[in-house]
Amino acid sequence: MIKVLFFAQVRERLGQASVEVDASQVSTTEDLRQHLASQSEKWQLVLANDQLLVAVNQAISNWQSPVADGDEVAFFPPVTGG
Amino acid sequence: MIRVQIQDFDITAEYNQLSGNNSAGAIVTFVGKVRDMNDGKPVSTLTLEHYPGMTEAVLQQIETEARERWPLLDVTIIHRVGPLELGDQIVYIGVSSAHRGAAFDACEYLIDFLKTRAPFWKLEGSEHEKHWVEAKDADQQRAEMWQE
Repeated sequence: MIKVLFFAQVRERLGQASVEVDASQVSTTEDLRQHLASQSEKWQLVLANDQLLVAVNQAISNWQSPVADGDEVAFFPPVTGG
Repeated sequence: MIRVQIQDFDITAEYNQLSGNNSAGAIVTFVGKVRDMNDGKPVSTLTLEHYPGMTEAVLQQIETEARERWPLLDVTIIHRVGPLELGDQIVYIGVSSAHRGAAFDACEYLIDFLKTRAPFWKLEGSEHEKHWVEAKDADQQRAEMWQE
């Protein structure tokens, strides 16, 4: 399984902080995004945001990055700390 | 030293810790606070969310990059998370070096990259509503200046 985490507005708008996805269904971060987005109009709307960022195993990544069983992937908006 | 914590920090204690190194001829510190207005809207509370694990890894990476760039002695980065109120301290950066140039530059570098790369998110609240703070192009531009 791939553990998928959501933060800030993304978490709030989806109404959940995490989900698990069968790794055999997706091979890249973009596949994972599309797989989740296809669930419903709400997921489509939140995950289609072009400002959405993705991290794989706690390092910032891009939409071509491979994902595999056991990975932790996070989707979140641009960061605003400091 | 990197700390992500709910509780407040004591800048005197943090300063004394940096100051204890007798090779340090210069210490520069930065404190970020919750202010009363943002983008023209009144602010009374601020809640900080973060990505535990990735946050610490990114801050460590930024410190490593600063140390590759300048001859630094000690570096302290503290960032608070959870609910904060008007006037509260949010973030502390402290840097010591033999000379002031490196300390000034590294302190600014650390906060510029913390703001654009570390996974923290601010939820601002006023009497009537709460909203997530938008990332600012100006912060991105400041960080990009270091790469030129």
